[in-house]
Amino acid sequence: MSQKVLLNATEINIALNRLACQLIENHHNFSETVLVGIQPRGVFLAERLKSLLETEYKIKDIKLGYLDITFFRDDFRRSEKPLEANKTRIDFIVENKKVVFIDDVLFTGRSIRSALTAIQSFGRPLEIELLTLIDRRFSRHLPIQPDYRGRQVDAINGEKVKVCWKENDGEDAVYLVKS
Amino acid sequence: MELSVKHLLGIKYITEADIQLIFETADHFKEVINRPIKKVPSLRDITIANLFFENSTRTKLSFELAEKRLSADVINFASSSSSVTKGETLIDTVNNILSMKVDMVVMRHPNPGAGVFLSKHINASIVNAGDGAHEHPTQALLDCYSIREKLGDVAGKKIVIVGDILHSRVALSNIFALQKLGASVKVCGPKTLIPKYIEEFGVGFEPNLKKALEWCDVANMLRVQNERMDISYFPTTREYTQQFGLNKKLLDSLGKEILIMHPGPINRGVEITSDVADSKQSIILEQVQNGVAVRMAVIYLLASKIKHDEN
Repeated sequence: MSQKVLLNATEINIALNRLACQLIENHHNFSETVLVGIQPRGVFLAERLKSLLETEYKIKDIKLGYLDITFFRDDFRRSEKPLEANKTRIDFIVENKKVVFIDDVLFTGRSIRSALTAIQSFGRPLEIELLTLIDRRFSRHLPIQPDYRGRQVDAINGEKVKVCWKENDGEDAVYLVKS
Repeated sequence: MELSVKHLLGIKYITEADIQLIFETADHFKEVINRPIKKVPSLRDITIANLFFENSTRTKLSFELAEKRLSADVINFASSSSSVTKGETLIDTVNNILSMKVDMVVMRHPNPGAGVFLSKHINASIVNAGDGAHEHPTQALLDCYSIREKLGDVAGKKIVIVGDILHSRVALSNIFALQKLGASVKVCGPKTLIPKYIEEFGVGFEPNLKKALEWCDVANMLRVQNERMDISYFPTTREYTQQFGLNKKLLDSLGKEILIMHPGPINRGVEITSDVADSKQSIILEQVQNGVAVRMAVIYLLASKIKHDEN
C-alpha cells in the first residue's frame, strides 16, 4: 500500500479560507442559511468552516447540524458489514432555509442522494447546496455535483482518498491511497 | 458490530454485547421517532408477518409501528380469525405465510418454546413477542433501556420484580437481561406465585413488599395473570392488594425516590393504585414510547443479517 500527499496542512488551510469566502459571497450574514455536516467524516470539515467563519470573518450565530444518513442509504443488506449509525443532531427547522451540505469527499454521490432524502424529515428547505473538500471527478453514479469544492482529484477505482483532520487523526492532510 | 444471533427468541440466547448494541441502535431510533417526519426507508424491501396466536394490544401495536417507521411491508395475522381454528399446525400456517415471500416473523404464542421450535423448521428470522410463560425479550429490553435512560446505567442497580412471577414471561426475560447487564434482582410476591427454584438463578426472594421497596432502586410491578391461573394462588384479590399492592402511602414512607415500572396492562387498584401509576416516579408511559425505538433496533439489526441475494 502506498500513499501520495494531495494536500498538506497549509494547502488545506488555504482551501478552507477560500471556501469560507465563497460561502460568504452567497450567504452574506448566514441569517437564512444552515450548515449541515454529513456524518461521520463531514462534521470535521463543517466544524472547521464554522469556527473559521466565526473567528476570521466575524459572522455570528451560524447554525450547524449533523446529519446521519445510515437509515436512508440504498445499500442496506448489500454490504458485508452491517451499517452503523451515527448521531443526528439538528436542533433547528430547515423549513424555508438555505441548507449547505458539507462532506469531505464526493465520490459516487450516493451519500448525498441519501442526505437529500434524510433532510426532508426536518422540513422543506428553500434550496440545498453542496460543499466538499475533495471532488473525485469522473466517478459519479448519480447526477450530483458540488457547488463549492476544495480540490478536484482524478483517482481510479482502486484508489482511495483519505482526509485526515488534526482533531481526529493527529494531522491535517489529504492522501491518495493506492491499495 | 452485528448481533450474534439470527433470531431473537429470548434474552437467554443473546449476549451482553448484543444488548448494548440494541440499546445504542435504539438511541438513534429514539431520535428518529421524535423528528417531524418519523420514518426512515431502511427496510423498504423487507416484509414482516406479525403472527399473534394470543391476544395483545400494546405489543402488537408497538411492533407494527416499529415496522412501519422502518418502511417494512407488514402483514398481520390473529389466530382467532384464521384457519388455525380449523386445525392447521403451526409449521403449516407459518410456511404458507412464508411462501408469500416474507422475510421476518414476529410471533406471540401461548406455548413456551414456540419460537425455538419454529426456528428449527423455517428460514425466516423470528422475533419472539412472548411465548407462554417463557420469555418476552423485547419487553425486557425496553424495560432495561428505560432504566438505563432514567438512571444512566443498569449495572449496579437494584431491581425488584413484584407480583405473579410464576406465570410471567416478562419476569423471566427481565431477570436474564438485568443480570447480563450487571444489576441485582429480587422478586417479591405471594409464595405460591414464586417459582420453586428461583434462587438458583441468583435471584433473591423477599416476601415483604416494604422491605423489598426499601432495598431497591426500581420496582417493576407485574399484573396478576388471572387468565393463566388454573387454581387459586391467593385467597382474594383484596388480600393480594393489601400485601403486595403499591400505594402512595407506602411509596411516601420509603424516604427515597424509586422508579416505578409496569409492563401493562395495569389492573388499577390491584397491584398498583392510580395515584402511583400516574405519579412522576412512574415511567410506565416512557416504557411504551421506548418500546417502539427498541423494537425498531431489534428489527433493523436482525434484518441487516438477511442477505440481499437470499430473497
